[in-house]
Amino acid sequence: MSNVLELRNVRKSFGENVVLHDISLAVPEHTATVLIGASGSGKSTLLRCINLLESIDDGAILLDGKEISDPGIDGDAVRRKLTMVFQSFNLFPHKTVLENVTLAPIKVHGKSKEEAMEIATLLLSRFDLLEKADQYPDRLSGGQQQRVAIIRSLAVNPRLLLLDEVTSALDPVLVNEVLSIVRDLKGDGMTMVLATHEMGFATQVADEVCFLESGTILERGPAHEVLARPQHQRTQDFLKRVHEAGRL
Amino acid sequence: MEKRGNEHASPWTPSERELERRQIRRALTKRKIVIASLSSLIVISLLATVVVTSPGFQVVRQTFFDFHYGQVVIKTVSRGILVNLLLTIVASILIGFIALVLALLRTTKSAALVPFRFLATVYVDIFRGVPLLLVILLVGFGVPALRLTGMTNSVLVLGTIAVVLTYSAYVAEVIRSGILSIHPSQRAAARSLGLSQAQTMRHVVLPQAIRRVIPPLLNDFVSLLKDTGLVSILGVTDAVRAAQIHASRTFNYTPYVVAALLFLIITIPLTRYTDKALHRTYSAQNAQGEA
Repeated sequence: MSNVLELRNVRKSFGENVVLHDISLAVPEHTATVLIGASGSGKSTLLRCINLLESIDDGAILLDGKEISDPGIDGDAVRRKLTMVFQSFNLFPHKTVLENVTLAPIKVHGKSKEEAMEIATLLLSRFDLLEKADQYPDRLSGGQQQRVAIIRSLAVNPRLLLLDEVTSALDPVLVNEVLSIVRDLKGDGMTMVLATHEMGFATQVADEVCFLESGTILERGPAHEVLARPQHQRTQDFLKRVHEAGRL
Repeated sequence: MEKRGNEHASPWTPSERELERRQIRRALTKRKIVIASLSSLIVISLLATVVVTSPGFQVVRQTFFDFHYGQVVIKTVSRGILVNLLLTIVASILIGFIALVLALLRTTKSAALVPFRFLATVYVDIFRGVPLLLVILLVGFGVPALRLTGMTNSVLVLGTIAVVLTYSAYVAEVIRSGILSIHPSQRAAARSLGLSQAQTMRHVVLPQAIRRVIPPLLNDFVSLLKDTGLVSILGVTDAVRAAQIHASRTFNYTPYVVAALLFLIITIPLTRYTDKALHRTYSAQNAQGEA
């Protein structure tokens, strides 16, 4: 299995504040890597660095073996291959659901309007949102908005999908409808890196779980090991707190 | 929000307490109406008394509100206001285009456009800071003095240029504030889908920004219409100038009042519409209720 994504000793700081220390990570094709850790541990920053929304201060990020952290690289071309879904959905409020989904296929990937519509219709009907196609995002529930956001990312047929706490802004009832999409994608063999606080879900989809604390990966391994038998004291503390908050 | 009908609800009749509350609310409303009417009556009659009993009232009525003279001049003054309208329409099209370019230049991060960004900033600083009347005088009398070949000496054209120069700076700043008000997460979402800087601006940021600044832009449009009256100083026969010609001949100032009324006929519907647009924008944003 070849690695879709590889991180080598990545470091990122905002001024004096070092957010990521020496992060190394390999994500083989068709696998899901789950990042867990408290807020502020660096999960979101790591995802934003992979998506080249932030530049790194040391190390290297490789996509399909090609270094993408090189400053001379065409960031737009890289982002065409890996898309990101955000905690706050970030749908375009002035566009309908269908327009949200077809924008990138048409403008970025040069698809004709008909082709893009076809892809969008297929995805929307698969995830039960076809009837919302002509609605504006503010008419949708949070769960529906986030599902549209995921579909919007899928419509460009990405090599790698980044999901940044996609359920954190949702109430518990809506969480499930979003997670079930991600499970489906895992079933399709989509390569993913995701940050989440949903430990039960992490157990189901993760091929590898990484526990981040203060910008370093303290512990990593298969979900059933890291989540069920954490070795590190800090991992144990974190999981205990999550458990107390009723999220396990 | 979606409305969901509830077919299983039992028929509802207001409770005793609710009926009581409604009565109290009605009484309160009645009291408010009485107070408002009384206060309006007192203020208006006081003002009227002061005006009518003032020593110069008779003179003012003859020199400012001469109905028959008003009828005589209304024709030429209305012809003048058509000039104001024409100038406003032509200018606003040019302003919209130039202001958009200025706003985009001022918000661009492209390295190749750095000198243009600098020039746009200087431009906006200058024309926002110089009184419109001065710009009109400088362009109106300065440009012809240059004796450039092919340059028009038409005061109407020069006046329009001056107005466009100044208002482009104002409007550019309004559009720029709209662009800056769009949350960075919208850009992040667009970029992460692979859209370039320019595509993000064109398809995601700008449409939202423009929608947001429509009410202040309408406001500027009304100001623009009024400020076209300033080009009369160059000798353009607009409503102000037409009124002035009459007034200086007869020493009766009724033509000015006529011009003012004609401006109001156009601007009042516009300002009402602006208020409405503003209300629509805010009620859409504050769907959580207005406290």
